[in-house]
Amino acid sequence: MSIPILEVVDLHASYGRIEVLRGVDLTIPKGAVMALLGPNGGGKSTLTKIISGQKAPTSGHVHLAGVNLRDAAPEDLARVGLCTVPEGRSVFPNLTVEENLTLMSYAGVPAEAVLETAFAYFPRLLERRKQLAGTMSGGEQQMLAMSRALASDPALLLLDELSMGLAPLIVDELYETVAQIAQSGVSILCIEQFARTALRVSDYAAVMTGGRIVATGEPEEIMATMSDVILGGAA
Amino acid sequence: MSSFLAYTIFGLFSGAAYAIAASGLVLTYTTTRVFNIAHGAFGMVLSYLFWDFSVKQGLPIWLSLVLVLFVVAPAIGWFIARFVAKGLGEAPVSVSLVVTVGLLVGCIGFATQVYKPEARTVLPFFPETSFSLGETNITAHQVITILASIAVAVGLYLLLNRTRIGTAMRASVDNPELLKLFGGKPEAVATLSWMIGISLAGLGGILLVSTVGLDTYSLTLLVINAYAAAMLGRLKSLPLTFLGAMGLGLLSSYAPVYLPQEGLIGSVDNVVPALFLFIVIVAMPQAQLRIGQVKGIVSAPLPSLPKALGWGAALLVFVALLSGTASEANLLLVGTAATYAIVMLSLVLLTGYGGHVSLAQFTFAGVGALTYAKLDEPNLYGLLVSALVAAGVGALVALPVLRLTGLYLALSTLAFAAIMDKMLFQADFAFGFNGTLPAERLSILGMSITSTSGYVFVMAAFFVLMAFALLLVRRGVIGRMLIAMRDSPAACGTLGLDMRWFRVGLFAASAGMAGLAGGLYAGLRQSVGAAEFQFFNSLPLLLLAVVLGVTSVTGAALGGTGLMLLYNYPDAQGLLFILIAVGAVLLGRNPNGLAIYLFRLGNWLQGRLGPVLLSRLPALPADDERPASRNDDSVVEEDETTVTSTVVAGRPAGEPREVPAHVAR
Repeated sequence: MSIPILEVVDLHASYGRIEVLRGVDLTIPKGAVMALLGPNGGGKSTLTKIISGQKAPTSGHVHLAGVNLRDAAPEDLARVGLCTVPEGRSVFPNLTVEENLTLMSYAGVPAEAVLETAFAYFPRLLERRKQLAGTMSGGEQQMLAMSRALASDPALLLLDELSMGLAPLIVDELYETVAQIAQSGVSILCIEQFARTALRVSDYAAVMTGGRIVATGEPEEIMATMSDVILGGAA
Repeated sequence: MSSFLAYTIFGLFSGAAYAIAASGLVLTYTTTRVFNIAHGAFGMVLSYLFWDFSVKQGLPIWLSLVLVLFVVAPAIGWFIARFVAKGLGEAPVSVSLVVTVGLLVGCIGFATQVYKPEARTVLPFFPETSFSLGETNITAHQVITILASIAVAVGLYLLLNRTRIGTAMRASVDNPELLKLFGGKPEAVATLSWMIGISLAGLGGILLVSTVGLDTYSLTLLVINAYAAAMLGRLKSLPLTFLGAMGLGLLSSYAPVYLPQEGLIGSVDNVVPALFLFIVIVAMPQAQLRIGQVKGIVSAPLPSLPKALGWGAALLVFVALLSGTASEANLLLVGTAATYAIVMLSLVLLTGYGGHVSLAQFTFAGVGALTYAKLDEPNLYGLLVSALVAAGVGALVALPVLRLTGLYLALSTLAFAAIMDKMLFQADFAFGFNGTLPAERLSILGMSITSTSGYVFVMAAFFVLMAFALLLVRRGVIGRMLIAMRDSPAACGTLGLDMRWFRVGLFAASAGMAGLAGGLYAGLRQSVGAAEFQFFNSLPLLLLAVVLGVTSVTGAALGGTGLMLLYNYPDAQGLLFILIAVGAVLLGRNPNGLAIYLFRLGNWLQGRLGPVLLSRLPALPADDERPASRNDDSVVEEDETTVTSTVVAGRPAGEPREVPAHVAR
């Protein structure tokens, strides 16, 4: 078996005195799409913050393609191929579409190539290249954010709450893009509260609640056994 | 007509230099959200260095220029970005402003220490060369300045809009965390912008120094022009900043020539930049209401009533002892410290509780002093009228700037202070140009206090009374509203609180307190002049108030003492600068200033030594807390700790003690 792209071992983390992660173990095989589901306050977003280097764990390890990520800065991780799309609108509202795309070239792909890929996938962005990103609709902003995932060819893509505040139709469109990215061989960790949408595109699923992973398995299995937790909102 | 052309050329020249300086200011602000009050001071220091290299050391002009602008200035910028300004963009305005005010005081301190006053001249570039333009001449230096400003404008435009690092500079303002996830480095970006910013401050200073002269204060104050220009571009737009700088340059060049020279209008040309700044800020559109942050600010502890009474009495006893022994000159200094402390008390109300930063407190004190001297009623009635007049002026200032918050409010009060200082205070009906007014010592209920020692004691009593009143206000409904409005104006808006008139009242109350201090000061000195209420002095005042603790009465007492020492004891200056530097760095962690550490020390000592002392002195359980927390009598302090040892307070141990949520433990 090849080295998993992401391996989280017994991860603990806290905000001040409040412990939010209590021993998380999670493995994502290379090229797989993993959906991480669970109710609010389960620690999903904290987990992404630690993987992307924005927050330090209190104990435990994160391995990216077999390399331990202790004390790695988020900008360095981004440059070696970890693409994180955080919660909310992950674009710079006061920069134009084109300038947003230019900044994506920090991930190692030339700016021209980024522009080309983004405009090929989303012709709408080409129409709006001189427009400030903050003045576009939510769906369009999320397209712009996804362009980074598409164009930078990451080793691992972290998607945090892609659907937040968007119309269901647009969420479906976005997940089609996620599926396309997955087909190109990118490993994805996808955090989502719309469980059904996320499970449609994923190979595996994990359920997180109370700071632990309580179940992992195939999407159908999870849907069958854990639906009360992920849909009923056991928070 | 030819003279008009000559003034135009001069205006364009100075406008170009302002534009260079202002664009540096805008660059650092847009990328780091830190408004560098010390921008002009850095230009001043770099101009001195340029003089040092080119005249004193005799290096070639071009080499000195390269050394100053491309080695020293970037090094300073790197240092500031790395060690001083880091994380400051997120801090409350009072903190980020104060840290740069600290830099300004440091720069002036450096310049006055290293370059003792003597005649220094810096020649313009190519002094012999000039070109004729019709009937007037334009010097090579002026041409160089105008060309340099164009080069800076184009260079900055290209940097910010055409390069990736420039785009990252603008992106880091929007969301530095996201920039990291993109792979950019916000710290590197901020460092670069500070390096360029300081370098541009230096260039602006060096280009102007041959006209302005190598003078510490006038070079530093040139920055008001840069502030004004930058404000026209709302600290964002570089083209508007350039337009503002050029317009301001032309205005200040025309004003002395084409405005009438008599009366109050005649002094308008002194305040063109300040007036421009004030008008531009007042005309700015309404900012959005700030929504409070979840993490909030830890408040300074509020003293219990007996504690406050005890420490107030202790302070009075201390001052009484002091006034019995100290010499006349030293007594005047103690009185000055009391004045500063009362003015700082007005800042505790406005900035500490209310969250608004004012840079005009000394001006309000000046209004109070002026009224007291003019009224010639040396009694409580006169003092009250002085305070009321100052309060009225404060309300008048608050009205046009009602919509402003944070930095804009602070700068508008600075502009107002400059206008008052240069126009009103020096007018014939006020103090007169360089003049002073006589004032008499206060008499209370027919009892005249003529001795300095008695007067100083009365001033201390006023401080204690006002501090006590302030604490009572803080405990009541008004205090709660103040804190609520400071923490989340948006939430208060949704609760239906009318914040506008409340704010006018707050400003008036604070100005009234400062005015009272001014009146007392006039009586102390028995003659007052405009020189003692220069607008510039409000900057160190704010600095010391915030560094020592603007959220507590103790901070005001300590700050007043510190400010007096800073001005009058050159020996203590070194130590004070270290204290200020440490305090300013600590502000980033706790905005309550050094006073909070004093309280913690007091608590800690009480927790550690209290029980030990108690066990040794079983007969005197109530009197042994003071020596524990007060081991340095040279510092006038008034402890505010609420957390008393349960045994000392006469409460049986184990009985739960109610501690309000805002009391830090």
